[in-house]
Amino acid sequence: MALSSKDLLGIQGMTSDEIKLILDTASTFKDVSERDIKKVPTLRGKTVINLFYEASTRTRTSFELAGKRLSADVINISTSTSSVVKGETLLDTAQNIEAMKCDMIIVRHSCSGAPEYLSKRLKSSVINAGDGFHEHPTQALLDMFTIREKLGKLEGLTIAIVGDIAHSRVARSNIHGLTTMGAKVRVCGPPTMVPPGIDNLGASVYYDMDRAVEGADVVMMLRLQLERQTAGLFPCVREYAKLYGLNHDRIARASKHALVMHPGPMNRGVEISSDVADSTPVILDQVTNGVAVRMAVMFLLSGGTKAEA
Amino acid sequence: MSLKEKALILDKSGIDRALTRVAHEILEKNRGAKNLVLVGIQRGGVHLSKRLAAKIKEIEGIEPPVGSLDITMYRDDLTTRKSQPVPQATDITFDIQDKVMVLVDDVIFTGRTIRAALNSIMDYGRPKRIQLAVLVDRGHRELPIRADYVGKNLPTSAKEKVEVTLAEDGVEEKIIILAE
Repeated sequence: MALSSKDLLGIQGMTSDEIKLILDTASTFKDVSERDIKKVPTLRGKTVINLFYEASTRTRTSFELAGKRLSADVINISTSTSSVVKGETLLDTAQNIEAMKCDMIIVRHSCSGAPEYLSKRLKSSVINAGDGFHEHPTQALLDMFTIREKLGKLEGLTIAIVGDIAHSRVARSNIHGLTTMGAKVRVCGPPTMVPPGIDNLGASVYYDMDRAVEGADVVMMLRLQLERQTAGLFPCVREYAKLYGLNHDRIARASKHALVMHPGPMNRGVEISSDVADSTPVILDQVTNGVAVRMAVMFLLSGGTKAEA
Repeated sequence: MSLKEKALILDKSGIDRALTRVAHEILEKNRGAKNLVLVGIQRGGVHLSKRLAAKIKEIEGIEPPVGSLDITMYRDDLTTRKSQPVPQATDITFDIQDKVMVLVDDVIFTGRTIRAALNSIMDYGRPKRIQLAVLVDRGHRELPIRADYVGKNLPTSAKEKVEVTLAEDGVEEKIIILAE
């Protein structure tokens, strides 16, 4: 069994077998991070480039650690200190990096589709680390890994995703992945933040958070992307927090074993109250699992001779 | 290319007799089971290491700790294989520092699996000594590696395949040679 592509661009179109392969592989890579010697020689001699056109701590560090624990050489390029500020195009930057011989490029970009655009023009494997409002596949994979680890399965579970669905690539990747794995997905947010047609992806739409979390096995909170809120999608942050913030009263409506998840960074007191944030260990487990999942993805994309595409 | 069964090498009782002898040899060479640990290489060696441990307990009264080792992350053919196996668990819960470790695998062929296993073990600690027990030695080594304990020496052609199936996997227990 191998992945069918040289790249990981999105969860959309992946089969349940492929997702399962990544999750199964990740569980053995998790052990590596828990050993005394947190390094295996798997990708020795490979070069991995982190090309991030947007700010990131978690994802960039996670990819960097994943690469280093597999013995790859990892280079970080943050665009604010690169030739991008001199006006170099995305493709020129990527081709120049590839000319120095790298094997894998991890891209985060504010334009949806930027990783796919590069993947068609580069020989290296391209991993999407978040593109615009499109997808953030490794986040969805680590979320699914965490749910499966805590609750033992994905099939048949009810997952409520709450927040700014319209601007969230995390939500889209999770909707694709979770529905493929047989979970039921509810999305919830103010009508201005739930894009019309999202139900076509297989999610059911709620505008009332109390109803959306009713009996849910997982409550996945999204970050309110304050930097994108210039269009007046809601009257004020306090009102948003009251209607769509997670507090203990709302958790009580979910199932007894419900997991509270958040992809980070959190706006404490907005989408999640501080006491809820501090009483759920799962949010940090997500971060731990992110390294294992990204190791698995790098391992699977590096290995094998790919079927002719 | 489809492979057909060419010859039956050992059946269930033959495998059992070979393992009994190997267990005795391990005890003879190490003068008992003190300080001994067994580590089976995924997947073929894991069942065998448990069986050897049970036999050692029968003979000596001491059951050595048994662990399992997955070497997928230490392979040297990652980019040339058609597809990789899903890595299995490495489960060594005991201290291996200064122990006499017997690595157990079903078949030794090129020796590359054992090379990977040795590298992997070094990341877990420093055993005093590492020995190798295999059920079948089929020759064709590509590295200067040899087994200390061999259940069955089996000269083969490089084109043939040796298949070991064990009862623990719910199939008929036997060692066969497959050829075109």
